[in-house]
Amino acid sequence: MSELANLPGTGGRGHAIGRFVIYAVLILFAFYFLAPLGIMVSTSLKTLAETRTQSLISLPREISFDAWKTAWDSACIGVDCRGLAPYFKNSLLLVVPAVTISSLLGALNGFALTKFRFRGANVIFAMMLFGSFIPFQVVILPMAQTLGKLGLTGDNSTYGLIFVHIVYGLAFTTLFFRNYYVSVPDELVKAATIDGAGFFTIFWRIMLPISPPIIVVTVIWQFTQIWNDFLFGATFTSGPQQPLTVALNNLVNTSTGVKMYNVDMAGAIIAALPTLLVYIIAGKYFVRGLTAGSVKG
Amino acid sequence: MSSTELGTRPGGGMFAFVQRWISAIVVAPSFAASLFFVYGFILWTLYMSFSNSRMLPSYQFAGLDGYRKMIEASRFSVSFENLFIFGGLFIVVAMVLGCLLAVLLDQRIRAEGVLRTIYLYPMAISFIVTGVAWKWILTPDIGIERFMHEMGFANFRFDWIQDTDMVIYTLVIAAVWQASGFVMAMVLAALRGVDQEIIKAAYLDGASLPRIYLGIIIPSVRPVFVSAFVILMHLAVKSFDLVVALTNGGPGFQSSLPANFMYEMTFRRNQINVGSASAIFMLGIVIAIIVPYLYSELRERKR
Repeated sequence: MSELANLPGTGGRGHAIGRFVIYAVLILFAFYFLAPLGIMVSTSLKTLAETRTQSLISLPREISFDAWKTAWDSACIGVDCRGLAPYFKNSLLLVVPAVTISSLLGALNGFALTKFRFRGANVIFAMMLFGSFIPFQVVILPMAQTLGKLGLTGDNSTYGLIFVHIVYGLAFTTLFFRNYYVSVPDELVKAATIDGAGFFTIFWRIMLPISPPIIVVTVIWQFTQIWNDFLFGATFTSGPQQPLTVALNNLVNTSTGVKMYNVDMAGAIIAALPTLLVYIIAGKYFVRGLTAGSVKG
Repeated sequence: MSSTELGTRPGGGMFAFVQRWISAIVVAPSFAASLFFVYGFILWTLYMSFSNSRMLPSYQFAGLDGYRKMIEASRFSVSFENLFIFGGLFIVVAMVLGCLLAVLLDQRIRAEGVLRTIYLYPMAISFIVTGVAWKWILTPDIGIERFMHEMGFANFRFDWIQDTDMVIYTLVIAAVWQASGFVMAMVLAALRGVDQEIIKAAYLDGASLPRIYLGIIIPSVRPVFVSAFVILMHLAVKSFDLVVALTNGGPGFQSSLPANFMYEMTFRRNQINVGSASAIFMLGIVIAIIVPYLYSELRERKR
């Protein structure tokens, strides 16, 4: 900690005023960051009638959970009035295999690239890393073509989307595990090799047991990325196969009937809740992933 | 970086060879995927941008036709200009706000953990959610404007989201809200890494607090500024979802960004060559940012 405030001689009245100003500014910004969430929650608890008689920012006069229920199981997304529940399930079914497979492959890659190095391992890593920098716009058209050729469109598009998330998640997962394993002493692996343990035995018995911190970081990162993805979901899936973010956007833009702001806001919270919960429960790991994933090694 | 080059260890023999082989085999599928789905697809898009592809991909070469059409499209010049306005403002405001919050939080604040959580949570949610929330907040007849009217300020106007000249700033508002906490987290982590002994010594020498910040602390967290800057720039270039959810590019295409232009041309307007040209253009911008950054990072590390 840089404990400037702790230095001698910074006390006194000027100091107290300074502290007050600091707290005031910090609390003011806390309001700014919380306001949209507050407005979302408060609007989602209003009745439809109330959303029309006053601005969204005013507080609800009576609490109603109707909007939540509507958003969950009966709101119309285009002509399909089944609410967001089926799309929530889509996202769940998408995120579980995509996160698991991409993280596992990342761990294996990271291990292979650091502890069983072969000639050119660094070049291969650098080349793979490039995949984490590209704007995905530069690959979506060929990917759409390829998925079409593979028959991973229409009813099969969930599989296509899982595949896409694995392929473009690999650069990140490999990066995370590689950077973690680099700092693991080589002697650990050497000793096991001398004892006759093979690649997978070492990976399973030695590396994975010391990996929980980086596994948590990687899984949280991948979960957040895939759950929040819109571009891939919108491009590669259609209709009932779409993930939650795409469905939410369609829900908000469905223009038939009365505009139900309370349902929109309830839907938005439903879409945000899983990643928000992960963030609140495991914030430390979330931040670590953000910085590691962005500083890129 | 020390490593076990098992394959070259003398006397390793067959066993070591298999070991080395397994390692390469394990990485091979991922590497092949990267070669094909990243590099191959970039070349594919590059080729498309030089073709006469319209509704369907065509492999007939058409030179710079796609790029010419792209540059001539007013939708593109608006998107390009928007990227500069949006990107520039978003980066500057998020950096300033993030640094301010980090420095303030670094003053032994009581509820630091809670405040940090509050500042950073928007980073955990999707741009679509952010877009939806801010869309209704910024819409005059239900959001802030109406609220101010209800409070008695009858002449209050805040209709940027419907104003062709101002709509781009609504994107800045939402994006800054989402990303400032991230800058705060990075800068705060860096501040905590500064050597306390140097600061103490400077203080005992009579240096003032601002001087300590300007002279010692800021220079030593400089690498983090550069990283944050690069990440925000990267985020700005790739921005797509936020525009879709907040303004859908409108009114007209006044709030469109290059990523939206690309999507529109490729998947909605049957101008695959123009869409591909803009994708290549976006890649060009990202490379122009990233390559010098990586180059300097690697040089720093070798030193």
